[in-house]
Amino acid sequence: MDNLARKNSDGKETLLFDLSQTTVRDMNQFLHHNLDKSNVSNIRIIHPDGAHSIAVGLEVPVNIEIEGHAGYFCAGMNKQANVTIKGNVGWSVAENIMSGMVRVKGYASECAGASGHGGTLIIERDASLRCGISMKGVDIIVGGSVGNFSAFMAQAGHLVVCGDAGDGLGDSIYEAIIYVRGKIKSLGADARIEPLTDEDHKVLAKLLALAGFKHDTKEFKRVASARQLYHWNADANQEY
Amino acid sequence: MSNLSKEPSFLFGEDTIQYIQHAAATGLYDIRGLGAKRYLPSFDDLLFLAGSASRYPLEGYREKCTTTTVLGTRFAKKPIELKIPITIAGMSFGSLSANVKEALGLAATELGTSTTTGDGGMTSEERLSSKTLVYQCLPSRYGFNPDDVRRADAIELVIGQGAKPGGGGMLLGQKITARVAQMRTLPAGIDQRSACRHPDWTGPDDLTIKIQELREITDWQVPIYIKIGATRVFNDVKLAVHAGADVVVVDGMQGGTAATQKVFIEHVGVPTLVAVQQAVSALEEMNMKDKVQLIVSGGIRSGADVAKALAMGADAVSIGQGVLFALGCNSPTWIDHDGQHIDATEDYTKLETMPGFCHHCHTGKCPVGVTTQDEILEKRLIPEVGARRVKNYFKTLNMELTTIARACGKSNVHHLEREDLVALTVESAAMAHVPLAGTNWIPGLKEI
Ligand SMILES: Cc1cc2nc3c(=O)[nH]c(=O)nc-3n(C[C@H](O)[C@H](O)[C@H](O)COP(=O)(O)O)c2cc1C
Ligand code: SF4
Repeated sequence: MDNLARKNSDGKETLLFDLSQTTVRDMNQFLHHNLDKSNVSNIRIIHPDGAHSIAVGLEVPVNIEIEGHAGYFCAGMNKQANVTIKGNVGWSVAENIMSGMVRVKGYASECAGASGHGGTLIIERDASLRCGISMKGVDIIVGGSVGNFSAFMAQAGHLVVCGDAGDGLGDSIYEAIIYVRGKIKSLGADARIEPLTDEDHKVLAKLLALAGFKHDTKEFKRVASARQLYHWNADANQEY
Repeated sequence: MSNLSKEPSFLFGEDTIQYIQHAAATGLYDIRGLGAKRYLPSFDDLLFLAGSASRYPLEGYREKCTTTTVLGTRFAKKPIELKIPITIAGMSFGSLSANVKEALGLAATELGTSTTTGDGGMTSEERLSSKTLVYQCLPSRYGFNPDDVRRADAIELVIGQGAKPGGGGMLLGQKITARVAQMRTLPAGIDQRSACRHPDWTGPDDLTIKIQELREITDWQVPIYIKIGATRVFNDVKLAVHAGADVVVVDGMQGGTAATQKVFIEHVGVPTLVAVQQAVSALEEMNMKDKVQLIVSGGIRSGADVAKALAMGADAVSIGQGVLFALGCNSPTWIDHDGQHIDATEDYTKLETMPGFCHHCHTGKCPVGVTTQDEILEKRLIPEVGARRVKNYFKTLNMELTTIARACGKSNVHHLEREDLVALTVESAAMAHVPLAGTNWIPGLKEI
């Protein structure tokens, strides 16, 4: 393996993976099997060059920095790890994330945080279509705007959008909560705008602080389920 | 002679009038469990040409006939080796009780075959009881957990089911207990609609990358299956193979379900007979037969069905409804700890049905404790009793299978071939690409 180790001031090590020299497969296998036995606390990955499945399936509390753009499924199914992508990401970043944190410094393509069960996903610029689709407990904080059909069938967790939201926001949403600062092009079936409660202000302030975004929580709207589709209903005009 | 006029209408028969009047009264469509009930061309329309003067049979009970089945030899470091080519299909915890899931795991382990999770995730009961457990990755991703991915023996990416290709799942509120709700991250008691599309990929190119992600997470150890509901099977199998599947599971329209719209069950998809033929043709055209394994499901009932599926080119079959029936589905009684048969007909009556006609899995009030989450009803299925019955059923199928294989002169059930079959009807000959009995005519392929 062509990874170079460097000692940090705390006695732990930083490892370097150069993906122009090492395959994603070799690196992932190292991250899966060799990290918990090692003294490594930080990983730097250079030359990601849009490769898919970088750092997927991690289950140790390690800090990972990816220096550049990553492809699909970056940090997929993450547990515990803290992954920062200093670039843009392809589809489905942090899909099915369970815990830990994934931060995208640039833009995210479609399905960011899809079906995430826990942890935090921060996207500093915009996210594309279906951001937070099927989310099940993850908190997603987007510095910019999100595309159409975001939070489709979202079950639990929070989606914070500091910019605008596209068409069909929160379609068929269950118990997840969406906060939007900008314009909402349209709401999806069973989603409705509601006033923020005191608890919402607290939760939202915490999430914004976690992401490092400085906005007043009063500028946000809350979108949640009207719960009209929770039971099969003949009068729902085929919406269910 | 009475003058009563009783001329029946074929188009608007009694059933159709009843259907229209029910729709008019309620504005509701029917939702039910199990599979298609209408007539469809099936394996019954094929027959075996066993050994005779021109072919040499093997001795029925004595000569060896191998049933070992290996799945996932293409990319996985650890392919699955089964003792029989008959597996248990994916059925969700939620539709089935935890007791049933445990029974299936016990039976599969004793038989040396695999069982499969379903929509709603993996239960500890089924993982503990199953030696070989296939973990489904479904569009809903209910309870989908990387820890379970890592403890699975294979991953099955479900694109569709034969009972409802193109449709999502459905679990009505009455089946959502606190445990089911918690596994699915949803409130108890509400109707759950599982998505029909995966949340993190859409087209075949994305599917290729999704499979790569699953392989990366599992370190390329375990086989990746792709399950499709039978519609455009030829193209779908090609896409699945192209996307990198180790195993393709093709579920024909006779396949069972726990709940879906009746209109779906009876009117969408193609019969299993067509599905196997198209899947095998696709593999052959890609030169992938025996490199990518094919599992076929949808209405497999008997050893004869298994033998016919294998002769047509499947590597294994998978069974859902047959397993439910083995557990006691549609039986008038359930079996208690002392082996006593206890009458359940009153509970069928409460569901406005009777043994032999029940398809009420969606209600959660299964009279024999199979498709239920009800605390009292689920006790009617004792895991050890259920396991024994499923084991006996599969053993019978396997004996029937080897009986046919030996009669056809095969010392390995996987040596059964299309050449061993003839078709009884013109339509089945055309669909299965098997000659009409007494001719060498395959409509659409060869002329006499
Ligand atoms: C009660 C029940 C629950 C099922 N649940 C699932 C499921 O969760 N996921 C899935 O892919 N298929 C599910 N199926 C379909 C089976 O996996 C399989 O495709 C089908 O049962 C095969 O056809 P057969 O029932 O005629 O044997 C279910 C089937 C039944 C009967
Ligand atoms: S007996 Fe139970 S498993 Fe069988 S069809 Fe009725 S409800 Fe479903």
